[in-house]
Formats: sequence, C-alpha cells, structure tokens
Amino acid sequence: MASNEEILAGLAEIVNEETGLAPEAVEMDKSFTEDLDIDSISMMTIVVNAEEKFGVRIPDEEVKNLKTVGDAVSFIAGAQAA
Amino acid sequence: MTRKVVITGLGATTPIGGDVPTMWKNALKGVSGAHTLEDDWVAKYELPVHFAARCSTPALEVLSRVEAKRMDPSTQFGVIAAREAWADSGITEVDHDRLAVAFATGIGGVWTLLDAWDTLKEKGPRRVLPMTVPMLMPNGVAAAVSLDLGARAGAHTPVSACASGTEALHLGLDLIRSGKADVVMCGGAEAAIHPMPLAAFSSMQALSRRNDDPEHASRPYDMGRDGFVMGEGAGALVLEAEEHALARGARIYGELAGTSVTSDSYHITAPDPEGLGATRALKAAMFDGRIQAGDVVHVNAHATSTPVGDKPEYTALRAALGSQLENVAVSATKSQMGHLLGASGAVEAVLTVLAVYDRKAPLTINLENQDPEIPLDVVTSSRDLPAGDIVALSNSFGFGGHNAVIAVRSV
Repeated sequence: MASNEEILAGLAEIVNEETGLAPEAVEMDKSFTEDLDIDSISMMTIVVNAEEKFGVRIPDEEVKNLKTVGDAVSFIAGAQAA
Repeated sequence: MTRKVVITGLGATTPIGGDVPTMWKNALKGVSGAHTLEDDWVAKYELPVHFAARCSTPALEVLSRVEAKRMDPSTQFGVIAAREAWADSGITEVDHDRLAVAFATGIGGVWTLLDAWDTLKEKGPRRVLPMTVPMLMPNGVAAAVSLDLGARAGAHTPVSACASGTEALHLGLDLIRSGKADVVMCGGAEAAIHPMPLAAFSSMQALSRRNDDPEHASRPYDMGRDGFVMGEGAGALVLEAEEHALARGARIYGELAGTSVTSDSYHITAPDPEGLGATRALKAAMFDGRIQAGDVVHVNAHATSTPVGDKPEYTALRAALGSQLENVAVSATKSQMGHLLGASGAVEAVLTVLAVYDRKAPLTINLENQDPEIPLDVVTSSRDLPAGDIVALSNSFGFGGHNAVIAVRSV
C-alpha cells in the first residue's frame, strides 16, 4: 500500500506523461478541469493509467466525483485499503 | 470569370528530407530514402519484404511528446508539413471563416487501429485508450490541421488510395474557384510502414523484393523493376485566390491552373491497360487549365516501379500530349523516396511546383536499362526547364481506378 504522498507523486507523473504539466503543479487542492485544464478524454486516460499503476479499479461512474487531485488520491488510497 | 488560384506555401516531410529545402536539394541530387528495416517485427512475422523508405526526420524530433501522443503517426506527419507550408506562405492575417483544409490520406490511422487491437487482445477493453477513435479516423489529419490553423471553412479528407493527395488539390482548387474559401491548406499524409500493410501489399505482389539492395529497389521504367517501395510522410501546399495573394504581396510559386479526377471502372486494382481513364484525366486537367499540349514541358509521373503500372501511364501521356511528349522532361521521383501512398500526390505536387518555380526537374534514379516499351525522356541527370511560360503536370493513380492530375503553370 502506498502513502498519500506516494499516490500524489505517482498521479503527478501520470498527469505529466499525458498533458506535459509539471509534476509540481499537480497539488491536492487542484481541480482537474478548472485548474489543470484536463479534458474528459485525458481524464479517462489518466484514470486507466492510475488503475494500472496502483492496482485498483476506478469505476466509470466514480470518475465524475474525482473533482480534485485530492479526491483521486483519497479514492485510490481507500480502494487499496479495501 | 473563373477565379485564379495560386500556390504560396510549401511543406513536406519525406524519406529524402524532413523539410522542403532539404527534400528539394536531395531530389535534384538524386538520393535514395529506402533502407533495411531494423524492427524486430520483420523477422518475427517473417515478412517477405525487409525494407522501406522511412521519413528522414522522425516526427518526435519536431513535435513535443505530449502533442504527438494524441496523433496517429500519419497525422503527425501531416501537421508537420502543414505548419511548414503555413509559415512558408507568410500569411499573418486571414479570415478564419474563409480558410479551409483539404488534407488526404490513403489509409488513415492504421498504426493506432492495430495498436488498439493488440491492446484489446493482450490487456482487455479497459486499456484501449479513449483517444483511439479520433486518432484512427481517416479525417483525423484534416481535423488536426484545421484545429492547428483555426480553419473554419470546412476540413475535408479525400480518400482515393494513391490518388488521394492529388485529389486534395482538385478539391482545394474547387473550394476557391466556387467562392467557398479564399485560402485552402491542401495536402496528404501517410504512415503505413507497419507489418500488416507490408504483408498485405506483399501478398498482392505489389512490393519490390530486392531485400539485399533497398537503395536500388525503386526503379520506375527500368527493365529490372519488380514492385514499389513503401514510403511514408506528408506534403502540404497553401492554395490562395490570386487576388488574396496579391493583396498581401505574397511570394507566388505558380498557378494551380487545372485539375481533374476520373475513374476507370475497369478493375479494382489493375490499371486499364490502355490507360483510358488516365488519358481522360490528363485531357480534362489540360482543358480545365486552358492548356495546349505545346505548353507542357515537365511531368512528375505516378511511376511506382511496378511491372504492370508504369506502361499505361506512358500510353496515356502519349494520347494526351501527342508528339509534344518528345519535348517533355519526365521525372519519376518515387525512385528516390518510394511510394507515399495517399501522401504521394501532395509531395509530388510540391516537387512539381518547385520544378516550375526553379526551372529544374528532379531526378529519376536507378534507371539503368530503360523499358523499350516506355520511350519517355526520363530525367536522370541535372536538367533545366525552359524559360518563358511553362506548364508541368503531376499524375496520381490509385487502387479503385482513381485517376487524378494537376497542372501547374509558371507565373
């Protein structure tokens, strides 16, 4: 199981790979759409890459609830704990 | 009064140069872009053909990684060529509602399609990327170019196999003449050096098997020709209404004087042996541009280097140009860069425009023993084109019986 810091760092890497955004711009309180300008197609790519990286399943209906980076980190941490 | 259409910008990425100046320098020197493929899939699938003509500058050396990720390789090449052509045109201000795109491909996003299929089989549906559909669709390149330039007068994708690139110019001319646009980014892009298309073209005996000597495999009109060499890349041309170009003081390379498209309705892949469809296309393009046979001094031939394909084009040229054909310098540039399929017409259009503008014909390499049944004046060494008003033609023919011809006049 990864710590929240490790999950954040892993997510930042995935976001950088997909969008070119600097990893340090990916902070817990940032909104994927409003702050990071990530569209729905990139978001799905990030979700699928995160599933593979963290060994979890993020259901499609859950993706719309992942508004901030922190939401995603919490969901992944919870799914790993389950 | 028909609107006159001129060419004001050129772009290309090809096996003999990653931009127009490099490609043109090499085309006049005579080089081969064909090389042995080092990919492990050549041996893995035991492909009968071990070589192809890859772009000399990889797309990832030009585009950013993130940008490239959202594009099929064919779209990457198209965007690279279109950006060069746009910069070359010097256009700084344009009414975006009067700017259109006509960007062709023969096959479209074949790498994306087959990669996604592999992913589905190996990793399941969840791993198939959400960008798969917009990347594989054949209109992906026209759409990407339209997005890049802010072109809002329509983004079109003519698809007619190896005639596609030339058909894009036919469409572009029409868009301006009919008043639907003032400026059109025309072109063609292809990236199909993938084991499946190589296997498929091999199955139909279309590809050269000269595995031990790739540089000499593409040899149009030579007695030893045994098929075409697969190439890849893109070409792009900015077409502009003459009054639009003059108003901004543009450098004008030449006039796109006439174009035509005909169909053989003869056989799905074999050319009409008498070249009737090609003859009609040549005559129609000349009629369209009010061109007399005596005006024509240069032809960039389709000439793919297949045993059956090269001769009917000669028959058609003879029928359309008559005795003037003896005064026409013919270049078979696929000898240098292989066959770029849906991009070939666009790249050859760039070469044809430059031939008229610089008054020099590009070289045909590997012609050692010319087929006596094709007695053309083939340009095999440095050749100047005459001064004065001149016209050059470029032919493209595609599986499906598609024939497309453009005529470029000096200005």
